[in-house]
Amino acid sequence: MSQQAHTAQTATAPSADMTATDRPLATGAEILIRSLEAEGVEYVFGHPGGAVIAIYDEMHRLQPSFEHILVRHEQGGTHAAEGYAKATGKVGTVLVTSGPGATNCVTGIADAYMDSIPLVVFTGQVPTHLIGNDAFQECDTIGVTRSITKHSFLVRDVTELAATVKKAYHLARTGRPGPVVVDLPKDVIAARAPFHYPENVQIRGYSVIGRGNVDQVRKAADMIAASKKPLFYVGGGTIISGGAEKLTALAHKTSIPVTTTLHGLGSFPETDPLSVGMLGMHGTWYANMAVQNTDLLIAVGARFDDRVTGKIEAWAPHARIIHIDIDPACISKNIPVDCPILGDVSMVLDQLEELVQPADRSDWLGQIAAWREECPLIFERDGALRPQQVVQALRGKTNGEAVVVTDVGQNQMWGAQFFSYVHPRSHITSGGLGTMGFSLPAAMGAAFGMRTIGRDVISINGDGGVLMNIQELGVAAAHKLPLKVVILNNNFLGMVRQWQELFHEERYSHTNLEPTNPDFVKLAEAFGCVGLQCTDPADVDSTLDAAWEITDRPVVMDFRVITEEKVFPMVPAGAATDNMITAQFSPEDCA
Amino acid sequence: MTTDTAQQESIELTPQQLFRKQAAGEAILPNEEDSVHRHVITVLIDDTIGALNRVTNLFSQRGFNLESVTVGESKDPTQRRLTLVTTGNDRIIAQVLRQLNSLVDTTEVEDLTREDHVERELCLVKVRSSATERTALLSVVEVFRANVVNITPDSLTFEVTGPTAKINAFIGVMKDYDVREVARSGRVAMRRRLAFEH
Repeated sequence: MSQQAHTAQTATAPSADMTATDRPLATGAEILIRSLEAEGVEYVFGHPGGAVIAIYDEMHRLQPSFEHILVRHEQGGTHAAEGYAKATGKVGTVLVTSGPGATNCVTGIADAYMDSIPLVVFTGQVPTHLIGNDAFQECDTIGVTRSITKHSFLVRDVTELAATVKKAYHLARTGRPGPVVVDLPKDVIAARAPFHYPENVQIRGYSVIGRGNVDQVRKAADMIAASKKPLFYVGGGTIISGGAEKLTALAHKTSIPVTTTLHGLGSFPETDPLSVGMLGMHGTWYANMAVQNTDLLIAVGARFDDRVTGKIEAWAPHARIIHIDIDPACISKNIPVDCPILGDVSMVLDQLEELVQPADRSDWLGQIAAWREECPLIFERDGALRPQQVVQALRGKTNGEAVVVTDVGQNQMWGAQFFSYVHPRSHITSGGLGTMGFSLPAAMGAAFGMRTIGRDVISINGDGGVLMNIQELGVAAAHKLPLKVVILNNNFLGMVRQWQELFHEERYSHTNLEPTNPDFVKLAEAFGCVGLQCTDPADVDSTLDAAWEITDRPVVMDFRVITEEKVFPMVPAGAATDNMITAQFSPEDCA
Repeated sequence: MTTDTAQQESIELTPQQLFRKQAAGEAILPNEEDSVHRHVITVLIDDTIGALNRVTNLFSQRGFNLESVTVGESKDPTQRRLTLVTTGNDRIIAQVLRQLNSLVDTTEVEDLTREDHVERELCLVKVRSSATERTALLSVVEVFRANVVNITPDSLTFEVTGPTAKINAFIGVMKDYDVREVARSGRVAMRRRLAFEH
């Protein structure tokens, strides 16, 4: 570049070529807000407090491009961000104050860590000179969250703030996603620096894995060709990587049946003849039988969780295992595998697709069909209102075109078993941590994410979990979200009750919620929502029809289901996977 | 469980179950023990606040053993070098390495155990000794090439450097005397050759 051109450019071009010192100074608060805008953030779920008041003040002044959602509890905020992230595939953002604001986020952060959900959580912190002095609302947030985050940052200098935000989003989004905490001391937020949001990010010691090793992929293709009874075991990583359609195509090409984990629901259409449903503790009998008899298990973005494997020594005893995963630490963590392929699931499936050939697997598929006939997924229809009927009715009402967010416990398992998912990102739940109180705020977050698309969002709850973050109902109402909140109300902590009945000689210790349950219809109305109650199985459809009439606020549906209903099939904790209790056989027959 | 039924169960393992147990370094027979080895691992971490914490936290979080850890400056002023000593079966050691690698702060993780490498440890030992005992004591420590780093009227402080076995032997000999204090650095280790020399 000539001298003349150089001077001309510096004279006319504004921000792009200015050196750092030329730019106007901005406060840390403004830098944070501008960075979030540059990152394309749509929603920030947050709650103000002393340490972050300056950020909220700048938000008031700047009117940023993102929308801030004032949640009523920080835990609800983190779950809302999780729900938003799961439904959209984007990074969820949370902003809270120091001390209790940060500790209230811990459950949500741990939940996101277990379920590989991309979150960036900004926490306020006391001024740097007070850190370690037990100042008011001080908490060692980085220390508390160390083992439940993918990474965390304490920003000590305002000049590093923008680059740190960039790194945080990059870390949260790429590789195996996860939560990242950015701790912001109050004096850093107040200090001034020129704002410049970096375009690229370089983190030594962190690289994003892409394609799989060619030799390993070839080996896997050979193993598939040699297998008589192969089975896809598909987890949430497939959906995260955007590989669901590729998996479906690969399964069709090779005629290999597919079982999914809880988080894998939706990665392969359950209406497809090759689908054998969910596996594991409450998976289908035929999926678990397929696992126990397969000679080649192809694990795709799954992590061999104990709720999937049961007694690990006895799991899939005849199977050679191919494991495709992006996280090296997941390889051979719980079970040594024969052919690990480290890579982005979507890319590896592409590589594999080129090498595999169609094959006739009718014997193996016939065997699975026989198991399915022997013990299908059913429930009793005897005139009592059963939760499974409600879930099936929801499926019928929406034709599967909805995002279903379940809580934890029996409602979660019925929601997984009887909805028959066909789309990726249509099923959201707290699988790893098992956080009761997850569904309502997560569904709210998902509903924000689906606002422009207009897709229905259904929150399925028990009467236990729904109260744990019920305060967010007011937030959903204030934003006129047409959320459908289903409560499968059996007046019990149902899953614990089920274990007590089956394994603790019917000693129902502290699981009866009837004395403390509210009137859910009145509760809904008090929050500005519509409340409906249904006690008769004949009224289920009309209740849903009435609920779907309402489009300008949440509807809470209190389904008074029978208390005694249990989730079957069930592999008792620590038992071998083929040692199942099913609805068709009594526990004695299976023991 | 009687030995007979235990034997029988082990025979009933499928070839795949046998493979998995062998790959993990787990016991095949019920009365066998896992094959557990001691591993020396070197790690380079960013010299930032909390990086060392994340490494040590990993061991307690995941339930891994951590026998010793040393940390100090490396060639690169922005990085620190750790030497960790840990124990476990093959599955656990592989996990330790993968989990260490997946930390954002770590840039290099290397298991030196099966590589040709040197290990050194430094140890300070303070022994109570009067002026009359001093000569005898000094002739003993001479065998270990220990240095005297301090003398007071009532004590001697030695410094000895070497592989862990030598340090153990030195401390063993010193137990015949009135040892008052022992401080060990933990191991530091390094490959003998450059990476390309093979």
